Amino acid sequence: MTGAVTIRGAGVVGLCVASELMARGISVTLRDPAPAPGAHGCSWWAGGMLAPFCEGVTAEEPVMRLGQEAADWWEAQGVEVIRRGSLVVTLARDRRELDQFARRTTGHRLLTGAELAALEPHLADRHDRALFFEGEAHIDPRAALLHLRKRLQEAGARFEQTDAPPDGPVIDCRGLAAQDSLPDLRGVKGEMVVLRAPDVSLSRPIRLLHPRFPLYIVPRGDGVFMLGATQIESGDRWRASVRSVMELLSAAYALHPAFGEAEVVEIGVDARPAFPDNLPRITVRGGTIHANGLFRHGFLLSPAVARMTAALVTRENEKPEFAHEDHG
Amino acid sequence: MPVFYDTEVTSRLMLGTAQYPSPAILADAFKRSGAGIATVSVRREAGGARAGQAFWDIIRALGVHVLPNTAGCHSVREAVTTAQMARELFDTNWIKLEVIGHADTLQPDPFGLVEAARILTDEGFAVFPYCTEDLVLCERLVEAGCRVLMPWGAPIGTGLGLNNIYGLRSLRAHFPDLPLVIDAGLGLPSQAAHAMELGYDAVLLNTAVARAGDPAAMAEGFALALRAGRLGYEADPMEPRDMAAPSTPVLGRAFT
Repeated sequence: MTGAVTIRGAGVVGLCVASELMARGISVTLRDPAPAPGAHGCSWWAGGMLAPFCEGVTAEEPVMRLGQEAADWWEAQGVEVIRRGSLVVTLARDRRELDQFARRTTGHRLLTGAELAALEPHLADRHDRALFFEGEAHIDPRAALLHLRKRLQEAGARFEQTDAPPDGPVIDCRGLAAQDSLPDLRGVKGEMVVLRAPDVSLSRPIRLLHPRFPLYIVPRGDGVFMLGATQIESGDRWRASVRSVMELLSAAYALHPAFGEAEVVEIGVDARPAFPDNLPRITVRGGTIHANGLFRHGFLLSPAVARMTAALVTRENEKPEFAHEDHG
Repeated sequence: MPVFYDTEVTSRLMLGTAQYPSPAILADAFKRSGAGIATVSVRREAGGARAGQAFWDIIRALGVHVLPNTAGCHSVREAVTTAQMARELFDTNWIKLEVIGHADTLQPDPFGLVEAARILTDEGFAVFPYCTEDLVLCERLVEAGCRVLMPWGAPIGTGLGLNNIYGLRSLRAHFPDLPLVIDAGLGLPSQAAHAMELGYDAVLLNTAVARAGDPAAMAEGFALALRAGRLGYEADPMEPRDMAAPSTPVLGRAFT
């Protein structure tokens, strides 16, 4: 499979795979039913945290290891990567959650309240301890998608607005739509809220640990914040529930009361495509390579998945780490 | 092994299915522990047009009895509607009935619980009520038609263990023949062993396993503890006493 390849799905995986293939001199056509990255795709709703160490608290080991490639990869594509680390805090009564999180992750150090205040003055006096993951980063996922698409287009990639399966060598990088050929793929619903809160200033993602309503807040600049995200075993892609939105907003309000004055800019919902172990899979079946199931790690793991997929195409490596034995 | 509504199960362990890192780890926890019943929340995952189907298929594939629950319901009407939906979705008349009375402690609403239990029993459900260890409440639930009781050890998700040993012991004494299951509040295998030593028939866990660093290992730990505790109960333990009694005979030893 060399020369020319068609990629189905121009979300984060498709765009990353296309970039890796173009870099290896392979010409690429991307097929997607939508004209450009947008609300139809799961990637559009991502948080954009490049947080391999924090994710390691529940994710399998490859997420932590391979996710560490992501920040450099995005930067090499010309995407603005903000490398200010991320912070993990709890409300006073849940402080034990912080100890547990610290035990189960690496790459962090414990900050005193004063050290936290120095990093994030708006959190001063609100927490006496925090975990600082200095090696983590974040990006604006929408800007990153649009940037990759533009860059690919300039490099000569073709974009076709169609859902039809093409002839010839194909790489299937679709999200939940790939359920038609990958029956193990399921949707995990996520709801998010975008707020404009000019009174709050945060310069890095903050995770609030909470036994019931965990929350992360990613600053997008200009007083805009993304609040995420619920995680519900459901393939529903359209209905954000009052309860979920209420939980996200209450958690944000508990983190900082100034969020109470914020403007609700957007409420988003989609379903993340995931396999049973919540890890991506690269499956070779006939003339098609399937690279799917990025779950909540689209921006974190797509660089590694794209590298492995491209190596498979060029036959540099025919046994990538996420290779899935296909018995279907 | 315990018999719930004429169905004998193969394990004293029931596991919830929420909050695991992944469905693969969930399946592993079931495999390593041999848990015989899986409880499933219908309400939150439902999302209308059977959107939770993929996850429920994973639960069905575990090959254990499915016990749908009404988790998160705060009123009788909500709980009844959820139970009816669960019956259709899972094709079972079993329902773990939760009517939450307090948002912070997730404490059961005893009044709503009895009312909902009565309605559901009349509609042919086999009701597994999540209740407190209050003796009078439990009597009312039995009068309402419940043939199993599921008192809490401690509030849901706290991991505090068995908070009221006296109450749990008197409940067991009062209902010697009714299956009793400790539902909620356990955090450690030793607490499950204790429940078995009190003569309880089974325990239901979710957070203790799902939120452990290694859920499958924790599930197995609980399964072993249940076996140990049950053997201890069946073996008729010695009575504690104040007087020390040497286990090695002193006969033949020189007087000193």
